[in-house]
Amino acid sequence: MAEMNMLQAVNEALSIAMQSDERMVVFGEDVGHFGGVFRATSGLQEKFGRSRCFNTPLTEQGIAGFANGLASNGMTAVAEIQFADYIFPAFDQIVNESAKFRYRSGNEFNVGSLVFRTPYGGGIAGGHYHSQSPEAYFTQTPGLKVVVPRNPAQAKGLLLASIRDKNPVVFFEPKRLYRASVGEVPAGDYEIELGKAEVVREGKDITLVAWGAQMEIIEKAADMAAKEGISCEIIDLRTLAPWDVDTVADSVKKTGRLLINHEAPLTGGFAGEIAATIQQECFLYLESPISRVCGLDTPYPLVHEKEYMPDALKTFEAIKASVNF
Amino acid sequence: MSKATLNTDTVHRVGFLDKASLHIPILRILQADGTTYETAVLPVIDEALATKIYDTCVFTRVLDERMLGAQRQGRISFYMTCTGEEAAIVGSVAALDAEDVILAQYREHAALRYRGFTTEQFMNQMFSNEKDLGKGRQMPIHYGCAALNYQTISSPLATQIPQATGVGYSLKMQGKRNVAVCYFGEGAASEGDFHAGLNMAAVLKCPVIFFCRNNGYAISTPTEEQFAGNGIASRGVGYGMHTIRVDGNDMLAVLAATQQARAYAIEHNAPVLIEAMTYRLGAHSSSDDPSGYRSKEEEAKWQQHDPVKRFKLWLINKGWLAEADDAQRYEKYREEVLAAVKVAEKLPIPMLDEIIEDVYDKPTPALKKQLSELKEHIKKYPQSYPKSAGRL
Repeated sequence: MAEMNMLQAVNEALSIAMQSDERMVVFGEDVGHFGGVFRATSGLQEKFGRSRCFNTPLTEQGIAGFANGLASNGMTAVAEIQFADYIFPAFDQIVNESAKFRYRSGNEFNVGSLVFRTPYGGGIAGGHYHSQSPEAYFTQTPGLKVVVPRNPAQAKGLLLASIRDKNPVVFFEPKRLYRASVGEVPAGDYEIELGKAEVVREGKDITLVAWGAQMEIIEKAADMAAKEGISCEIIDLRTLAPWDVDTVADSVKKTGRLLINHEAPLTGGFAGEIAATIQQECFLYLESPISRVCGLDTPYPLVHEKEYMPDALKTFEAIKASVNF
Repeated sequence: MSKATLNTDTVHRVGFLDKASLHIPILRILQADGTTYETAVLPVIDEALATKIYDTCVFTRVLDERMLGAQRQGRISFYMTCTGEEAAIVGSVAALDAEDVILAQYREHAALRYRGFTTEQFMNQMFSNEKDLGKGRQMPIHYGCAALNYQTISSPLATQIPQATGVGYSLKMQGKRNVAVCYFGEGAASEGDFHAGLNMAAVLKCPVIFFCRNNGYAISTPTEEQFAGNGIASRGVGYGMHTIRVDGNDMLAVLAATQQARAYAIEHNAPVLIEAMTYRLGAHSSSDDPSGYRSKEEEAKWQQHDPVKRFKLWLINKGWLAEADDAQRYEKYREEVLAAVKVAEKLPIPMLDEIIEDVYDKPTPALKKQLSELKEHIKKYPQSYPKSAGRL
């Protein structure tokens, strides 16, 4: 075990994966010698050479298409999209190509050995274009896995599992936590299974579900609720596609209440999918409507960032409303 | 295949073209000492225009110096300088008509200043206060002003390039004798939107000046890792458009090239590509530290090619500027900027109601409900939302 921040954990995962797989390459804008604008790929070019870690020209659609080509021909491709806000030029390559490569060819070809890493989320005074959480655009695309870690240890294990998974993965890294989240990270090579949520705190009155940077928000809200005698069960979904229905449903059958929190706007967000599935699975167990605490249905604003965010206070209020329904 | 666009001559042995097949000279008019080359054809310029150009450069230098300082002090969250690229930006905007529509990337605030954006307007945007035209919604330096025909900056790179093509086409359809002017860097020229925008402009015959600031770096990525061809200019030829490469640190060369590009674009309803060779003397942004990817020696070398200094020497040679007055000009703007900072940073942020405005032409019932719930929440916890709690 060693204490490190999330960037160091991502860097370590990439290094271990490159060490164990000589076909793996890491690339994107500024990721080479400079090590990326957040320094997640720091030192990889020095360690593994320019042919395995390198800068690309500034073109996200090119990066994604190139990644598809590499992965279709026996390589392991780990591409960085500098900000999730800039993933949209690559949308066609990811949604129409990465996601359907295997299905459309009858498994003659696949791009399973492919990960798109990209920093997402707000809380850094980044305005519209350095704050978005576009995960739901990708969860509606069959063929893609979508993964979001909450802390350094999770980031390392989930990234290693994503790289070795036989399906293309969009790996969203909460950039607000890149340096802020510091924790003990197991040494060496380990994987955290994709598609498995984690109950991070047990409770009996209400289930709170989130992922990535919002995990610390719901934990804080749960602490506030505890002082009012409300016991929250907290679940980190970790993988959004495919998501772990059983873990969430089992919890809701126990608590009878569910709150989902995400930073992305409410309408069309992934919370809606969870709510629909859980009311199907747990209808007779529910004691109050499923609650969603999410971003507003506006572009991510700069100056009203604090007001926009689905923060701990809003979550706390929603917990009380659910319990007192 | 149309004879109009393709050569029809044939050869009977294999022979390949390469990037050297296309010879692209660099237009340079002004020498380092401020004199012009003997054979140079000067742009149309008089003392008033020259003074306005220089004055804009001085203001921009001061603004960049002071606001980078303000960012370092934590007074604003972010900043970007255009130091070293003033000639490329001001030399080009000075060739335009005020009705020509500018679509910039983000490092072209000198062009906005040239158009008349006031010091207060700059500050209101950077401090995201209630007087910001953009209503505090975007990061500092994302300016825009309809009255000055300067479309609002969008951070995603190169999106403005095909948009400029559309603006150019609309100007043509509206019968205006104006052009769209699109600024971008050599890094943005790697985006798919660049190809789409230039190809469409050439095919649809749109009066657009595509102005590339080839400043050596896209954040940390040097040009040799950005493209392998003969710069950006070679692509313009490939798309079938008039193209020129200029010394981007030579104010007169940029001005001359842009003046003629504009005349051509309007006369022929056709796009023109200008590649200005320059150097980003500062960091990419206040979040960047170039020491991780380039040497002090390299930066020092380019300091020797300071475009503002070169133009200043020409002005002195012409008798249009006295060295003695120069310090005062800088001092005047330092005071002006500092005073504007002090005012702008004290103004409140926009009202919370603005958060749901402009998502659509009018707020939807769902948005109104979300705002109303948000206000109720803030009233309950005013101390947690200090910027808006007092002004609901």
